[in-house]
Amino acid sequence: MFHSSKSRAAWGAALAAVLLTAGCGGSDDASADAADYDPDAPVTLTVGTFGTMDLDNAGLYDEYMELHPNVTIKQNNVAQSAAYYKSLQTRMAANSGLDDVQAMEIGFIADVVRNHADEFVDWSQEENADELEGNFYDWKWGQASTSDGATIALGTDTGPQAMCYRKDMFEQAGLPTDPAEVAALWPTWDEYLEVAEQYMASPTKPANSFFLDSPASIFSSSVYQGDLAYNDEEGNPIPAESDGVEQAWEYASQAADEGLTANLSQFGDEWVAAFPNGAFATIACPAWMLGYISSQMGEAGAGLWDIAPLPGSDESASNWGGSFLGVPADGPNVEAAKDLVEWLTAPEQQVKMFTRAAHFPSSPQAAEDPEVVGATNEYFSNAPTGEIFGESAANIQRTPIGPYDTQIQEAFTTALTDVAAGGAEIDEGWDNALKAAQQATGG
Amino acid sequence: MTIASGTVREAAIAAPPPRSAAPPARPRKRRQLTRNRWGYAYVAPFFLVFAAFSLYPFMYTAWVSLHETSLSNINGGTWVGLENYRDLLQSEFFWNATRNTFTIGILATVPQLCMALGLAHLLNYKLRGRTFFRTVMLMPYATSIAAATLVFSQLFGRDYGLINTMLEAVGLQAIDWEAGTVSSQVAIAVIVTWRWTGYNALIYLAAMQSIPGELYEAAEIDGASKWKQFLHVTIPSLRPTILFTIVVSTIGAVQLFGEPLLFAGNGTTSGGSSGQYQTLGLLMYQQGWSNFHIGQAATTAWAMFMIILVIVGVNAVIGRLRARADR
Repeated sequence: MFHSSKSRAAWGAALAAVLLTAGCGGSDDASADAADYDPDAPVTLTVGTFGTMDLDNAGLYDEYMELHPNVTIKQNNVAQSAAYYKSLQTRMAANSGLDDVQAMEIGFIADVVRNHADEFVDWSQEENADELEGNFYDWKWGQASTSDGATIALGTDTGPQAMCYRKDMFEQAGLPTDPAEVAALWPTWDEYLEVAEQYMASPTKPANSFFLDSPASIFSSSVYQGDLAYNDEEGNPIPAESDGVEQAWEYASQAADEGLTANLSQFGDEWVAAFPNGAFATIACPAWMLGYISSQMGEAGAGLWDIAPLPGSDESASNWGGSFLGVPADGPNVEAAKDLVEWLTAPEQQVKMFTRAAHFPSSPQAAEDPEVVGATNEYFSNAPTGEIFGESAANIQRTPIGPYDTQIQEAFTTALTDVAAGGAEIDEGWDNALKAAQQATGG
Repeated sequence: MTIASGTVREAAIAAPPPRSAAPPARPRKRRQLTRNRWGYAYVAPFFLVFAAFSLYPFMYTAWVSLHETSLSNINGGTWVGLENYRDLLQSEFFWNATRNTFTIGILATVPQLCMALGLAHLLNYKLRGRTFFRTVMLMPYATSIAAATLVFSQLFGRDYGLINTMLEAVGLQAIDWEAGTVSSQVAIAVIVTWRWTGYNALIYLAAMQSIPGELYEAAEIDGASKWKQFLHVTIPSLRPTILFTIVVSTIGAVQLFGEPLLFAGNGTTSGGSSGQYQTLGLLMYQQGWSNFHIGQAATTAWAMFMIILVIVGVNAVIGRLRARADR
């Protein structure tokens, strides 16, 4: 076929090009059997995380590596959880390229539970499954479990909620500043909105300041106080029929419409810039929000903030956020990864996560630990955070989660922004939100 | 991108002298093929890369667009035929994005090309430090979209943005740039214009320098002013170049994505609180990577491709008609 060395060279060039473009496929399928597992063999474990999960900052990896000198932990952190989830999804679709441990957020764990449960280690099949289950709030364990009882991840933190407020701004506006008195101001959301109106009407409040950062602050926290949030009991999205959504919309749209909020997009640039500028006096704060506030305001904000219970939390407290750690079942170091996850999510470590990095535990044992119960936060005027969030966590309304919670929440908070900016009337905003939610869920 | 590669390919095919013009005998044709084998070997890498990274994704997108499927299950999904296309045409989000894409496209392209033409004309004069100015003009083009957009979205910030601070300093009212439909689209058009004006100006400048000086001399002898010379010598000579920049800018405008995505500032993909600056590219991203409906996203991608084809076709027809009219 080849007539001359010249033509052979030509074919060779073409072949080289084929090889170049073919890429390097092939996966190393070296999943070790449990029987072969040697806990002392040197191993490098990769942990995929997102945002500020603080497992590294709280020193947990270092501690584990000290306890197990044969283990090296490498964390692959992606700043935005949405970006993290996109790459996790494509990797799950290919069932390749996954880290030994993958973190999952409450916003998307329902999707993984539904569609990719078989790709993760099932903790309910472990020998110590009962003990593990007992380590977590039942609703936390449930969020990571399929309808037929497989549990694909163990909980790290949760987001029991409270209301953070600026003492200095309250004082200027003639409102009380003592946490107990502030708590008495707003047992319900209606009363919270009345205080907001009072604040906005005050002639002595700081100029250009608003009572709260965004309508989303009300919406995203009160929506979980209903019996249902975005889904029915089976986890199917039903935003139009949910009592939680209806209530949350009523309060949030009122605040938006009356101009009680600074109408900032939460987690956007202007929102971040607004913290040090003192643009708002209150913000709904799940436990993890404390870290946001202190890092945005720095030293200048120390002692300015205090914490009161979330309005309506006497009847039902709510949870916003929280994460999990799962172990992909086909990984090369499954057994070692399981040991690491069990250790990282154990009550003792959850206590450390709270005292060192303000992530509230998902384990009742940890939440009742004296170190947690007695914890105060110096930055927030020595507020008894352990007690406040602990009470909230114990009272949490368990709302079913679903695969599109993040998108539906965004549809509503976006529509609220539009109402607050005067782009739509309240009813119109509601219709827009439902349409956007419908588009997101795939209608 | 596919279009661009397509035109390159056509040009490559058109370039060698048409073989069929002189009908050779059969054996000769064969010999020619073997004699050209090195040519084929050398162009093979491009076409293989093209096939792997353009043609294959292109066809795969078409296949995915006929399915209802999610990001984490791309190869699964159910066959739905043309249902995604029907849904797309009935979706108000699609028409909103189409409208925005066109208005932002016009807001960005028209001033951009006019300014580029003017700048090129100025730079065509003998100026001191000409190379400096030319380099500076290309700087925005070398800036990443992300960096440029992040800076601009801070400039256009509602509460702490520089532009609003200046507006207030001269006694005007601050503008909520992001919330308004017109204001947000103008802001995005400014980013696009800033980034691409210099690039187009350099293309015009290159074309201007190939216009023979005698034309200007003749015009001057006829008593034409500088402005008249610009109008009646420069512009007609640049016509093919202008058509080229219009086509390229239009394709860019239809694919506009990074600017509206980052302009939101908080990673949302809805293109503003009422979708006031959501473009087709952003809609596609939202469908595929925020809502995980990859079939819908593929459908939108194909719709964008069709729109580009139509626009390029219309441009080509107009260009040809003008050329014929001139003859």
